[in-house]
Amino acid sequence: MIKLVLQRIVMGLATLVFVSGIVFVSVEALPGDSCTAYLGRLASGQRLENCRQDFGIERPALIRYAEWTTGALKGDLGISMKRNKPISDIIGNRLRNTLLLGLSATLIGVPLALFLGIIAGLWRDRRPDLWISMIAIIAMTIPEFVNATLLILVFSIWLGWVPGIVTTPPNAPMIEFLSDIILPVAALALVMTAHILRMVRTSVINVMGSDYIQMAILKGVPYWRMVFKHVLPNALLPTINLVALTIAWLLGGVVVIEVVFNYPGLGRLTIDAISDRDLALVQAIALLLAAVYIGLNLFADLLTLVANPRLRTMRR
Amino acid sequence: MNTTPPLIEVKDLSIGFDNHAGDTLPILRNIDLTLYPGETIGLVGESGCGKSTLALAMMGFLKPPLRVLNGVSLFKGQDMFSLSDSELESIRGGDLALIPQNAGQSLTPTMRIGKQIIEALRLHTNLPKEQWYARAVELLTQVRLPEPEILLARYPHELSGGQQQRGAVAMALAAEPDVLLLDEPTTGLDVTTQAHVLELLRTLALETGTAMVYVSHDLGAIAQVCDQVVVMYAGEIVFSGTANQVLKRPVHPYARGLLSSIPRLKDAVVPPSMPGQPPAPGGVGKGCAFVDRCSMAEHRCYEERPALEVTAKSELVRCHFYQKIDQLPPVEMPTRRESNIADQADILLNLDQVAISYTKPRILDQILGKQSKAPATVDRIDLKIARGETIGLVGESGSGKSTILRAIAGLITPVNGTIKFDSSENLNQIVDKRSKDVLRRIQMIFQNPDSSLNPRHTVAEILAQPLKLYFGLQGQELRDRTEALLNRVRLRTDYLERLPSQLSGGEKQRVAIARAFAAAPDLVLCDEVTSALDVSVQAAVLELLTELQGERFTTYIFVSHDLSVVRAVADRVAVLYLGRLCETGPSENVFGIPSHPYTEALLGAVLEPDPDVRPKLVAEDILELSPPTTGCPFQRRCSRRIGKVCDQEVPPWQMTMDGHEIACHIPLRELRALQEKKA
Amino acid sequence: MNMKLENFAKSRGVFASLYKVLADMLSRPSGKLGLSLVCFHIILAIISPAITPYDFKVMDADLILKGPSALHWLGTDNLGRDILSRTMLGGRQALMVTIIATFLAIAWGGMLGVLLGLIGGWIENSILRLVDAFLSIPWILFLLLIVSVIGLGNAVLIPTLAFFYGIPVVRMSRAATHDVVALDYITAARARGESRVTIVRKELLPNVLDILLVEGAMRWSWMLLAFSSLSFLGFGVAPPAADWGLMISGSRSYMAIAPLAVLAPVVALSTLIIGINLSADALAKALGIDRAQKAPV
Repeated sequence: MIKLVLQRIVMGLATLVFVSGIVFVSVEALPGDSCTAYLGRLASGQRLENCRQDFGIERPALIRYAEWTTGALKGDLGISMKRNKPISDIIGNRLRNTLLLGLSATLIGVPLALFLGIIAGLWRDRRPDLWISMIAIIAMTIPEFVNATLLILVFSIWLGWVPGIVTTPPNAPMIEFLSDIILPVAALALVMTAHILRMVRTSVINVMGSDYIQMAILKGVPYWRMVFKHVLPNALLPTINLVALTIAWLLGGVVVIEVVFNYPGLGRLTIDAISDRDLALVQAIALLLAAVYIGLNLFADLLTLVANPRLRTMRR
Repeated sequence: MNTTPPLIEVKDLSIGFDNHAGDTLPILRNIDLTLYPGETIGLVGESGCGKSTLALAMMGFLKPPLRVLNGVSLFKGQDMFSLSDSELESIRGGDLALIPQNAGQSLTPTMRIGKQIIEALRLHTNLPKEQWYARAVELLTQVRLPEPEILLARYPHELSGGQQQRGAVAMALAAEPDVLLLDEPTTGLDVTTQAHVLELLRTLALETGTAMVYVSHDLGAIAQVCDQVVVMYAGEIVFSGTANQVLKRPVHPYARGLLSSIPRLKDAVVPPSMPGQPPAPGGVGKGCAFVDRCSMAEHRCYEERPALEVTAKSELVRCHFYQKIDQLPPVEMPTRRESNIADQADILLNLDQVAISYTKPRILDQILGKQSKAPATVDRIDLKIARGETIGLVGESGSGKSTILRAIAGLITPVNGTIKFDSSENLNQIVDKRSKDVLRRIQMIFQNPDSSLNPRHTVAEILAQPLKLYFGLQGQELRDRTEALLNRVRLRTDYLERLPSQLSGGEKQRVAIARAFAAAPDLVLCDEVTSALDVSVQAAVLELLTELQGERFTTYIFVSHDLSVVRAVADRVAVLYLGRLCETGPSENVFGIPSHPYTEALLGAVLEPDPDVRPKLVAEDILELSPPTTGCPFQRRCSRRIGKVCDQEVPPWQMTMDGHEIACHIPLRELRALQEKKA
Repeated sequence: MNMKLENFAKSRGVFASLYKVLADMLSRPSGKLGLSLVCFHIILAIISPAITPYDFKVMDADLILKGPSALHWLGTDNLGRDILSRTMLGGRQALMVTIIATFLAIAWGGMLGVLLGLIGGWIENSILRLVDAFLSIPWILFLLLIVSVIGLGNAVLIPTLAFFYGIPVVRMSRAATHDVVALDYITAARARGESRVTIVRKELLPNVLDILLVEGAMRWSWMLLAFSSLSFLGFGVAPPAADWGLMISGSRSYMAIAPLAVLAPVVALSTLIIGINLSADALAKALGIDRAQKAPV
């Protein structure tokens, strides 16, 4: 099994390298280069020349790619054009803030989703399921920015319980963010929970209809014992991967949420970077986010490997 | 037996469901059944007769949307359908245990076998915790599983089919139940494995005195295990009696027809079939359910539903005219195949040292030109098939019989040897490289009628395809031909616009046959074409194939694991084990003495629907996945193994008479003596 | 419906079978509601320019942030524009872009997936890895980047959305192809000697199409989500166009005073997406498909 684990890790790393290539190539493929993008209308003549020289743009792509990737491994992601600072400095705090957001949402959302999903699956088509599913579907179909906006409207403007827009500066210590993150986490968690819940529900329903559960019933296994020992291990197993995928997908949602709440995280930075056409920054963020995604997937893969008896005993 | 109270009493039980239109469709009608301690009852019937539903109902279990329409099912005096959940939980798996149909799918995949067995002990016995493990080992030993300690730690998917089934038996026996319910427990198992598992069940029944209800469509299996047999049709009990009574002299016309349609090893004939098919739920009129198919049917049968009557011999029959059963003409003379073995010199297909391999050599090896070290899936196949004959390819799973068919069909190419068609065409090519004429002349029919017809094509479209492809037919001509084909396979013209989902299994197979014959082929490859069909339907399909052969002088290669079916249709037989030929020859010789030890094992494992005939278990019940690299393929399981020569040298072909060859190291005379002694 | 009509419908090509599928969908409550919502929005999008009471661009300084009145049923926004009119028009571009992009996504994703499923071997595996790698890149980032560098406009949005949302379709269509190819009727066709093209066209596609259709419906709803998110962020439709996403984003700052400016587009957008989801659900049931819930990538 060690072999399988190593295989997966290697594949993950390979994918990351591959992705870095895609990111780099895509940025290169865009018309113009970092300097023309950044300078926009002012991109001409001496200004353009200086920019190119300062940032080493005129060197061949392959060299810049190599430099970029090797730098990334060491933690040096290049220089931001707009702010004229090393990117790693800029990203540092933002990453921390976004992680705070994302982790909180996950820690609340996933267990909640599992719990609700299992209930919905076990009580399929009856009252608990109808309510849970309806709310989940509504949460799933409404765009995140709508969710977030509505939350602000209700809880911040009408009820005044929590602040709506974040004003804390990005490099403030984490403690100061705690009251700020309540609504954003709620918005993120809502969507996350809804998606995961539905998947868990489907999985539970599938397992409940299987032959071995029918056998367990006919063997006289009491209901709750059956649920915990026979249903859940089989229902939750396939969801591990799906959960990871969902979490990763929601990385995209973080961008929108941060904009709505003006939260100083990686997402808002992305928007700013794109608005500024600061391509080096955008590239770096893309790579970072991809790395997180791949890491999450790898983790899920390995977790599944360990938990699924069929995969563990593949040698037989 | 009648003084002790019965364990199970089913009284006037009717079960059904409501369809979309609001009608109530019955699945079971007025079932009365009693099971006493120590009895073994077999519930027999074809698909749709309700036997599985009945067995589950005895446990108080109904698959939604079924519901009880009336009647009760008692276990030790308690009505299973009015018990509370906890009462049911204590009975199920405890005093009343189920051995499921497909153990592989009925065992929880994420739990080790040991845990699942111990769960039964925990729930249903008072055994103290420390003794659980030991008892589990004891149980696995009781079901004849070797190395129980190792198996207990394994997961279900790591066990073979036979091992899984035995594990399920062990789990059911854990609480020493009073009654065992067995729902087709040997479906899907290999012939030899099946025989072993049945022998185990029979011995257990004798040893422990547990009462059993054995549900099956296989009368041969029932004959081995049950004293009493109950025949079901369209949700009713139509006939019941002792095993001898039911299997040897059935007085109900359906039971009679059913038994006659089972091919027997000793008869080289296609058994007669009953016309029509069982009614769908809700499709029975006010009269007898069997009326549409019964040759004795009179006016009364259409009007009045017969009640169960007791005969002079204490059998139960549901028929108005059962006393006249003997007046029926003896069941239709079975279709005797014309012995059209034809001129053995007119060879249509010649396989010469054919070897086929599924494992592709790795790219690196290919570049270096290295041969794959693993033994080929199929090897050393020499076979000459004469025009117009039917040759049976026999073997269990892994024997390579389907692989050979696929190579002949061009879906896979041999890695060695040649296949010559009509002495001129080289069939070593894949489909894409063959000429249209060759493609037309070789057609294939598949095992599973559900997946061999495109669910989105109508029957007309399915039949039109070969006609368009090979003959370029269009328009009215096309339409006429498809109609003619359909009628030839005895399906009405209005079936043309139907979709496969609207046909029964037997009807779908007929369409598949029609499709194959649309091309007017010389050679038809039949890959287990009746294995997925009910017995009575099987007979009808075999009859059809035989007729078509008589008309068109077609050559068949008939692959099957069922020896009785092969005996009924094949002129010559080739026996395969792990991809190598063991024996070839005319069927009466191959099925006689002397025969290859593997053939002997296969023949011994055949379950005759005759309670007096016990199978002879010759070979060990071991699962083998790949052939040994040297020597005889059967070396590890052969009970007649003579020594190292079997392991190291490929056995030579020995000929008994023209055309009958056995690949064995044992000299034929000795083999014959050994096998005659046993018999 | 009697069997003859059923079979006639099913065997006479896509259009007739469409009739049967629609009939089935309408027999379910989810289908009824879903299809009505979708149809309502599509019709609204088509005819709204003709029926809006006011021109969406007209700004009237006197009418800023007025509440609902007889003249302006939903009130006015911060630039004096009529909210009702803007809401009625708000879905036009969204619908047009997403319908076209969904169609393209299913078309190219479906075709590539089927091709991969048929080719097999190392080509299939390596392209699959490529696909997985692409899935690792957060879509929003790329969409935003491309739009920001190349510019706004349908010519950019449609292909970009179609590209990104087609990628997961490749995986799904490949899996469906694999499942079908394993079945005997495909082997039978091959054994008969039917050409590869015929097999794909006649045997494979009809069976894969069902799944693609349901997938298409789901994709459409996600694409709408993405599109409105983009306009919300300012990377979709350019102001002063009337678009729901843009409207929500623009009215946020004065939500407390004029909630309708936000709520109207919210309701409009949500009802459309819910309608699509319900229809997709009913479609799946009508086609008899077991809908595996996947991550909405």
